[in-house]
Amino acid sequence: MQPVFLWTDLLVYVLCISVFSFVWRARKREYLLAPWKRVIRSRLGAMASIILLAYVSVGLMDSVHFKLSLGTPDKNGETVYSSEVISLFDWLADPIRLAQEKTYSAPFATHLYSKETIELPDGSQVRAYQRLEYGGAHLEDTEKRWDDVFQIILKGFYKGTLIWALFCFLIIIALSARWKKSVTQTFSGIVRGSEDLPWRTLLFTFGVIVLLVTITTSLGVKYHLLGTDKVGQDVFYQTIKSIRTGLVIGTLTTLIMLPFAVMLGIMAGYFRGWVDDVIQYLYTTLSSIPGVLLITAAILILQVYMSNNPDAFGSLTERADIRLLFLCIILGITSWTGLCRLLRAETLKLRGLDYVQAATAFGVGNFVVITRHILPNVMHIVLISVVLDFSGLVLAEAVLSYVGVGVDPSMISWGNMINSARLEMAREPMVWWTLVAAFVFMFVLVLAANLFADAVRDAFDPRLKNA
Amino acid sequence: MKKSPVGQYNWLILLISVLLLSCEQHAWNNPYSVSETGQNILYSSFSDRPNHLDPAQSYSSNEITFTGQIYEPPLQYHYLKRPYELIPLTATQIPEPVYLSKNGSRLPESASPEKIAFTLYDITIQKGIHYQPHQSFVQDASGNYLYHSMKEAQTADIFKLDDFEKTDTRELIAEDYVYQIKRLAHPRLHSPIFGFMTSYIVGLKEYAAELKKVVEDTDGYYLDLNKYDFEGAKVIDRYTYRIMVRGKYPQMLYWMTMPFFAPVPWEADRFYSQPSLVERNITLDWYPVGTGPYMLTVNNPNLQMVLERNPNFHGEKYPDEGEEADRENGLLADAGKPLPFVDKVVYTLEKENIPYWNKFLQGYYDVSGISSDSFDQAISVGGQGDIQLTEEMQSKGIHLQTGVGTSSFYLGFNMQDPIVGSLTEKARKLRQAISIAVDYEEYISIFNNGRGISAQGPIPPGIFGYMEGDKGVNSVVYEWKNGNPQRKDIEQARQLLAEAGYPQGADVNTGKPLLLNFDTPGSGPDSKARFDWLRKQFKKLDIQLVIRNTTYNRFQEKMLKGTSQIFMWGWNADYPDPENFLFLLYGPNKKSGHNGENAANYDNPEFNELFEKMKNMENSDERMEIINHMVGIAREDSPWVWGFHPKSFTLSHEWFGNSKTNFIANNTLKYKKLDPILRQQKRAEWNKPVLWPTFLIVAVLVVLIVPAFVTYIRKEHAVDAAVEREGQ
Amino acid sequence: MIAYIIRRILYVIPILIGVNVLTFMLFFVVNTPDDMARMRLGMKHVTPEAIEKWKHERGYDKPLLFSSKEAGMRKVTNTIFFEKSVGLFVFKFGRSDEGRDIAHDISQRMWPSLAIALPVFLVGLLTNITLSMLLAFFRGTYIDISGVVTGVVLMSISSLFYIISGQYLISKLWHLVPISGYDTGVDAAKFLVLPVIIGVIGGIGSGTRWYRAIFLEEINKDYVRTARAKGLSELRVLFRHVLKNAMIPILTGVVVVIPLLFMGSLITESFFGIPGLGSYTIDAIQKQDFAIVRAMVFLGTVLYIIGLILTDISYTLVDPRIRLE
Repeated sequence: MQPVFLWTDLLVYVLCISVFSFVWRARKREYLLAPWKRVIRSRLGAMASIILLAYVSVGLMDSVHFKLSLGTPDKNGETVYSSEVISLFDWLADPIRLAQEKTYSAPFATHLYSKETIELPDGSQVRAYQRLEYGGAHLEDTEKRWDDVFQIILKGFYKGTLIWALFCFLIIIALSARWKKSVTQTFSGIVRGSEDLPWRTLLFTFGVIVLLVTITTSLGVKYHLLGTDKVGQDVFYQTIKSIRTGLVIGTLTTLIMLPFAVMLGIMAGYFRGWVDDVIQYLYTTLSSIPGVLLITAAILILQVYMSNNPDAFGSLTERADIRLLFLCIILGITSWTGLCRLLRAETLKLRGLDYVQAATAFGVGNFVVITRHILPNVMHIVLISVVLDFSGLVLAEAVLSYVGVGVDPSMISWGNMINSARLEMAREPMVWWTLVAAFVFMFVLVLAANLFADAVRDAFDPRLKNA
Repeated sequence: MKKSPVGQYNWLILLISVLLLSCEQHAWNNPYSVSETGQNILYSSFSDRPNHLDPAQSYSSNEITFTGQIYEPPLQYHYLKRPYELIPLTATQIPEPVYLSKNGSRLPESASPEKIAFTLYDITIQKGIHYQPHQSFVQDASGNYLYHSMKEAQTADIFKLDDFEKTDTRELIAEDYVYQIKRLAHPRLHSPIFGFMTSYIVGLKEYAAELKKVVEDTDGYYLDLNKYDFEGAKVIDRYTYRIMVRGKYPQMLYWMTMPFFAPVPWEADRFYSQPSLVERNITLDWYPVGTGPYMLTVNNPNLQMVLERNPNFHGEKYPDEGEEADRENGLLADAGKPLPFVDKVVYTLEKENIPYWNKFLQGYYDVSGISSDSFDQAISVGGQGDIQLTEEMQSKGIHLQTGVGTSSFYLGFNMQDPIVGSLTEKARKLRQAISIAVDYEEYISIFNNGRGISAQGPIPPGIFGYMEGDKGVNSVVYEWKNGNPQRKDIEQARQLLAEAGYPQGADVNTGKPLLLNFDTPGSGPDSKARFDWLRKQFKKLDIQLVIRNTTYNRFQEKMLKGTSQIFMWGWNADYPDPENFLFLLYGPNKKSGHNGENAANYDNPEFNELFEKMKNMENSDERMEIINHMVGIAREDSPWVWGFHPKSFTLSHEWFGNSKTNFIANNTLKYKKLDPILRQQKRAEWNKPVLWPTFLIVAVLVVLIVPAFVTYIRKEHAVDAAVEREGQ
Repeated sequence: MIAYIIRRILYVIPILIGVNVLTFMLFFVVNTPDDMARMRLGMKHVTPEAIEKWKHERGYDKPLLFSSKEAGMRKVTNTIFFEKSVGLFVFKFGRSDEGRDIAHDISQRMWPSLAIALPVFLVGLLTNITLSMLLAFFRGTYIDISGVVTGVVLMSISSLFYIISGQYLISKLWHLVPISGYDTGVDAAKFLVLPVIIGVIGGIGSGTRWYRAIFLEEINKDYVRTARAKGLSELRVLFRHVLKNAMIPILTGVVVVIPLLFMGSLITESFFGIPGLGSYTIDAIQKQDFAIVRAMVFLGTVLYIIGLILTDISYTLVDPRIRLE
């Protein structure tokens, strides 16, 4: 196995490390933790966080890439690696990923969706539904399919409940040790919901997710849970795989634009004068250009660059990844102006405050004033706008893919799925599962993100409580 | 006084019944104006606005759709007969070639091609053919052209051609044909066939140079081509003109069916050359002038284009001969009736496939090709592979026509590439292995839903040189089994790959896995599936395929420079002759360096030599033999994975008649017929509006509002009570 | 005030130049004039001479930004950039690379765009204000909560999904309106119903949420309490006072988009086959027609800046305390 580090992977790692270091730092500092506790305390916020965590963990698993060795070493005894880059998630999902049929099949189907001309051993031809190679292949009698499905669901349910119960048990033990209460007291406290944090909601949401995971995985290896697409790939695998694309667009875009927006916004507000003029000119100009044009042009430039330097991008995965990164950058460029404007206004306000004036009067350097006094006081605005932007960006990806300037066509994403689903809707009988699958998974993510954003805003900016 | 509950809702019932009645009359989803209902109008669509309607410039199929109906070249193809047969259109007969030797003496017809230095074609056109009514022909009492030299002020209110009041016509003469051939060399036009024709039409190149000088030396926009003559195209008398071609070139007659060789009246060119009109987009490129059965009356490429019957059309009769099956299919029922049948054709802009297909099903388009994704709805394949419509389609009265097109789609190898290219044994075996592995039968079944046949060589069926049955099988890739070609086993491909030096897909010398690149301009939803499929094919041989996706332009550039490796390409016949396909593999016609159409840059001296011999021959057994030999060489070298010839499926509604697939002719609109009354009935029947969901939504809204209202009342009371309490 | 507007308009000029340079650079980094010519001339039988001829005729054979061969001012003026940009500033868009008059095309395609964008904007505004007032009125009750939740749910649905399902249900299954297309005059109405409905529904989620926040902020202000204490009915308070005052932030927020309505919507127009400016832009990008792209970007920028100025002016109109300096 040979690890491969894609650009977006590295940035995702950077993001993770900074989140962890923040958590580490905040562990002991109540003033940093307090707003986050407020987020969790709202029940919708708690649910949304757990759902987001589930998505993020899939996304992280999908961000560890490597090449598998081909087994036979070459003449010099060096291991030969496959040129195909796969992720940890792909590797785990191998039984689903590699179960490729010929073409469309419906969810839980045992046969192809449309009739095919089959040649019988005696040379004659029949038009019939062909049996799938993998989906429901273990069934001897396809009539009993639903009994079998029910059985598998039950088994998955038992397994899930068991895991959940075990987990809850461990949590309760840990909590009772921490709160210095008896286990039964802790238990009843959680059930009654009388604790500081809504443990009941957290555990319940977690339980639902665990059940969903166990049931779908045990179904997924036997059937095509959400059918297959035109070339017979499993749609369930594709929707899950799209999670990473969505998350990367939603998070890296803001991560990339953040330094510019923060720096320029604060500088404009703090220094005023010609600095302000230049920065204002910059963002008015940039925001005047229709975004689609900017994105198209940038994507085209990248394609030109890539076709001029084909050696730098070995595999399809790497090429798709660079395009994804570039899309994030260019989306960042088109979306930083809003935040920049907000920060400029806020800094203007802060600058007039007594303590900043005092600091300046005492001859404290500009840099120190900005980092000590201004930056910490605008961070809540930054945070809120990051969280608010997230869902918009996930949705934007779908639209851009439709226009043809989104992620690489070979990359699995909800946008690409919806885009191809448009053609499938015109088939008769209709192929609906790609659209529904992409829609449901995207909807859950965006809904969770929106609810989470609301909770974050309420927690960090109490003034806006009712907004 | 209390009203009865029924009385209270009388108006509502009235309203609903009015709505229901009105929709009996006109379907709500009719995308056309109600006034057009029941008229003899054919509805069709276009997806891209035509760039050029000037016959010297238009070449792409979406342009020829229009120009083919408007302009009349001297010759045309017979609508019904197969193989395709040339018949005169405006000419009185098919011109007989006259062969000349180098010193100008006449040679017999049997002379060997090497001796023939020039060929003359004398074309005589029919008398009494008139142009469509057009502004450029208008003369005043003293014979001056009214609109030929207008002042700025005169054109101030002009925005489209219709804004001119008067129109007139003129008889078609031989000079108009010569004028158009001269226009191919016009320095301000970009005729796509100019470069190609310079090697055939005598003196065309020098003529272009002369014109260029004239344009540079003189002011003004109009270039009167009648003042400058050249050897290649000359007027003999009022109704006869002569084309002079270098060497023997029998394919010249096929070119004479294309709008490039249609007549253009000098008056039109003069008229459209006025700067004030050019400024307003009123040009020949936009408003064609022809003698054909139709004329373009509305040209709004943002919305629709309309062809209407040309009142001055010279008249033509529906053919009374055809293939045997044609009589059975009712295609000869109209024999001898005057053309055209349809009064008006409305082409609507339709960019997306899905709306097009849905509108066809609703009866708003009369004909449809089938996109792959709608296939299952329309067609079922019978027990023996015979194709028929599904019951649903049959019950709607829809007809199906199939035919294998005169085109070829293939996967090409760049023969200049160090790995897959070259004529060495190693590279050849690699290409052969890939040819076996890439399962085009599966491709056709997934991406074309079976609408196509896998190709055995470059020549599609229906073209001379195509071999049926086991004689025509490509023995490199297929075996003949049970009366069908059977793709060879993948093990044989692996064997070939090992012989080529890549056992298990790894280079025998370095042990590194073989990595090949596929270059494509594709993007969009469908191409992703295609790439996945292609990667799967190469994986069968353990070859890793890298998809190098790039822009259209970059792809073209790569092809021109010859830096691609593997690519997909296609070719559509210009004319039904094997030369038009085999020249795609002719060395001097290379894409890289020569800017030709040989995209694979295949260059085999033996093949080239045979091609030169074959290209000017008449169809004969000897020609057949040479072609077979050439195809054999090409198969062995495998510069292409031969791919497939698409089958076209055309669906048409019950009311649409006289439709027969013809891949070569482009002026077939005049033969089409429809029954507007039947169409009207069917449309109304198929498009009854479904109203219950609307009512349901309204009902749900009402149900939602009622509790809100109740809450409001309660709240208001509470506030009142609170206020009262405070007041006390 | 007038001095302010003049100053703002003068300020527009450097922005327009900046935008122009940027689009110019973006476009020509990607497309060389050769590419454009090849695109325009088609696929079969294209010779290098034809490409040269095409470029020469349209002035694309000059240097891009700087001509070192020329002397003096000609160094700058005899370039593609200068020749193609100057006309824009007097709104002379010139001809597209296909040879069509761009200004004429824009003036024709503007109306279909407006025919969709304006109803979506007006109906949307009305619906959103009505709904959000309802929510504000019932604040704290189950109606409010379910309304807010529905809003978040609506917001979380991709706009593509609205369009796809709308076309499928209303046009394909129920035969209520044509599936796509456009017509001039009154006949256009039947084509507009569906895109307008979808546009309005797609905007309800975020719109209602925003306006509700504005209303609630207003409701919590002192004057409202006073009014209520005077015994005015809740409904009257809402309409007389809250709505009136809330219109200020609503209007000022909305003014900026009005000029941009002309530009049309990229997605809706191409899904419904409406020949507006949105699909014009998309087509031009796909066909790499630089002249059109540049004209549209220029127009978009001008309209955007007009929107900004209008916003400033509307502030002073609704709130005389604000002075423009």
